[in-house]
Amino acid sequence: MKKRTPKAIGRVVPRKEGRAKVTGEAKYIDDINRDDLWHGATIRSSVARGSIRKITFDPKIPWKEFCVVTAKDIPGKNVVALIEGDQPLLAETRIEHPEEPVLLIAHPNKEMVTRARATIQIEYAAAAAVLDFEKSDTVFKSYSVNKGDVDSVFRRKDVTIVEETYFTGAQEQLYIEMNGVIAQASSQTGVTVWGSMQCPYYVHKALKALFQLPDDRVRVIQTETGGGFGGKEEYPSMIAGHAALLAWKCGHPVKLIYDRAEDMAATTKRHPSRTRHRTAVDKNGKLLAVEIDFLLDGGAYVTLSPVVLSRGTIHAAGPYLCDNVRVQSRVVKTNTPPHGAFRGFGAPQSLFAVEKHMDRIARVVGVAPEEIRRRNFLKTGGMTATSQVIQQKLDLSGLLDKALKKSNWKTKREKFLKHNKTSKIKKGLGLATFLHGAGFTGSGERVLASKVAVEGTEKGTIRVLTANTEIGQGTNTIFAQVVSDALKIPYEWVEVAQPDTARVPNSGPTVASRTCMIVGKLVERAALELEGKLIDSGLLEKNGEPSQFRKALVQYRKKYGELKGFAEYIQPSHVNWDDQLYRGDAYGAFAWAAYIAEVSVDTVTYCCTVDRFTAVQEVGRVVHPLLAEGQIIGGVTQGIGYALYERVVWKDGRMANNSLTNYIIPTSVDTPTIDVIFLEEPYEPGPGGAKGIGELPLDGPAPAILNAIENALGVEVNHIPLLPEDLLRVCEAGR
Amino acid sequence: MKPTFKLKINGKAFAVQAHPLERLLDVLREQCGLSGTKEGCGEGECGACSVLLNGELVNSCLVPIAQAAGAAVLTVEGLASKSLSALQKSFLEHGGAQCGICTPGMLIAASALLKTSRRPNEKKVREALAGNLCRCTGYQNIVESVVGAHKESR
Repeated sequence: MKKRTPKAIGRVVPRKEGRAKVTGEAKYIDDINRDDLWHGATIRSSVARGSIRKITFDPKIPWKEFCVVTAKDIPGKNVVALIEGDQPLLAETRIEHPEEPVLLIAHPNKEMVTRARATIQIEYAAAAAVLDFEKSDTVFKSYSVNKGDVDSVFRRKDVTIVEETYFTGAQEQLYIEMNGVIAQASSQTGVTVWGSMQCPYYVHKALKALFQLPDDRVRVIQTETGGGFGGKEEYPSMIAGHAALLAWKCGHPVKLIYDRAEDMAATTKRHPSRTRHRTAVDKNGKLLAVEIDFLLDGGAYVTLSPVVLSRGTIHAAGPYLCDNVRVQSRVVKTNTPPHGAFRGFGAPQSLFAVEKHMDRIARVVGVAPEEIRRRNFLKTGGMTATSQVIQQKLDLSGLLDKALKKSNWKTKREKFLKHNKTSKIKKGLGLATFLHGAGFTGSGERVLASKVAVEGTEKGTIRVLTANTEIGQGTNTIFAQVVSDALKIPYEWVEVAQPDTARVPNSGPTVASRTCMIVGKLVERAALELEGKLIDSGLLEKNGEPSQFRKALVQYRKKYGELKGFAEYIQPSHVNWDDQLYRGDAYGAFAWAAYIAEVSVDTVTYCCTVDRFTAVQEVGRVVHPLLAEGQIIGGVTQGIGYALYERVVWKDGRMANNSLTNYIIPTSVDTPTIDVIFLEEPYEPGPGGAKGIGELPLDGPAPAILNAIENALGVEVNHIPLLPEDLLRVCEAGR
Repeated sequence: MKPTFKLKINGKAFAVQAHPLERLLDVLREQCGLSGTKEGCGEGECGACSVLLNGELVNSCLVPIAQAAGAAVLTVEGLASKSLSALQKSFLEHGGAQCGICTPGMLIAASALLKTSRRPNEKKVREALAGNLCRCTGYQNIVESVVGAHKESR
């Protein structure tokens, strides 16, 4: 009888690196020490805009013992190579934002570095800075999405026009492990960097340009990474470049680790936004024309802003069907540190606006929030704002019903109405329905052309080789599950290699909810290719048992040496995108969701508490129920912080509250029980039917929570973060 | 010449030379080779550096080594004996660790709670862990790990 290996996909298998994480054995970058290490530090600008006049080194510091690097020491190009070449790795004379790197220092003794760092004086000729993004006229990128004829609808006399403007603030990723790297570099050996990061090949690309080195002379190795959330997408290229320049000059490996204050002040955050909605509806609340003006604050350099803007633009109209849509969007320059990737990547901003606006439309028309959505939901065969026809089975009403039922919506809304008449604690329920596209936008995945490999080991097990990083979300575990099912071998026989550009192919960045759906599928294909080679060699029969597979692999290795399977991304035939018109299939697949927040508002202190949260979503096949649930709960919690706690206080373009004492993220007592429900519609091009999941949960909480607060208080609030003092002001203004 | 401080860490005797104001966190990580204890903020807000000092839960970034002289310290490395502790197993089972950087501090804070309350309820656990920040999990699976730890010890 044939022995069957239980399917790994859909099962709660043990997290691959779990044991190392609960014993303290897992090595993060700051846990790695060598006797010959020097310690580096970055000297940064204190003004928002201007030029450097003079740099003074305190004579009391023994500078001869130090390595000091300026822009003049850069062997190649002084740019952080990403999209545009506008951001220097070290400022030469021009300063465009506070905390811009100017100088680097290193010394074998960490205390000496701390002492010396504080004594360097930079004088500036200050220039006028643009700090208000609504007043900036430097546009980094703009998009325009057009569908149907918006203007003729707005001219009609029989429509109701609903207008409002919505604002979102910056948000710090606040991974608990600060950014850091160790670099080793010399003109003989090239450059090697170890570090905390999401995208080893982004760092690789940046280092090649910086040192003018060929591919094989630059090596980037990801160490265990303590959270990223987008915050370790592009900025590690900067840190790696700095550490490598110091190492190149001083001849020693250099460790460069940020402390919390530097990490918060200097690195990227979520783009602040302003979104204007103007909507024409009929008397039943049917959307007839949607006009959206979406504006992002990009900060001082382009970095990833065009891509963030793109995602925000495409998601701006929400999961609704409307024949006439116009979205115009811009990301503009200000003299603050560049804003960058943060889980959701532009979508949480534009979806906040549309989901607040749907509640406003509901009030104007006089229908319930759930009903206004139901009347406008996209369905299978319907067309999104970019004219993408939804081909997969889609039942948003079903998702919504599930969420309404689980949250006890109807009963509680009625109960709260009565309760609120007599209590100083007002209670409310609010809703958001939304979508999130998985993978790179439009032609992005085709251009990326990701490659992965799997190799057979001498022991007869499989090792997965990709550049996609484990940053807490479960990459190692899900890749092993995918291989296990593809080859019908036990999960325990699969390991995932540490991402190292000298060892793994470029499978693209660990971003955009793409690791599972896009790269996971490549891993599955590469595993099957390896199996094909084994079968072709005659050592393995088709549909052999796991033990036969293992035996065949060991024999193959003895006989022929290496055995690898490869796969490269192929665009599914159903994906067609027009970059010029910004029209077509923006994403291979969307995840869909209905979230409901239950809140209490204390009308004495204006404190808002989320008492319960319901998250219902359709993400294709769930690969690992526990990890997937963890993604949702964690994302919702970041969304609660985004809505109610996390304010970046700006002073002259610089984050003034760059400490955990003053920038508040939710703690265990601020977070409610979060009920997570998955509905599964397998998506054939994903591994085992999976779609993307990582970013989705950050899109819905903020609008659901604010809609709940409006339900509790009967006042409208259109901006986040909404701290007690903000709510107090809104309520006082309304009196 | 820096003074010598004797202390017992995870049951093992250590003598370290350090400036009296050096942080216990740095001594553990840099001199004792115990890098399981993490730095998340350096100002006592995040709890990533939690250790037990004579059984008391402290942030080791706020404790000068002079204050730990002669003390018994428990770090994450001291939780497992031959096999994982019930609490560690429960973290694995319930998905209490995601990126893992807050995990050592969480485990230590939870151990402190479990010493006084063998079967704490959800509310008690949430209160006991309120000084430990996590950005990945939304706490729910950590709370379940701690609530469920007694089942693992059977």
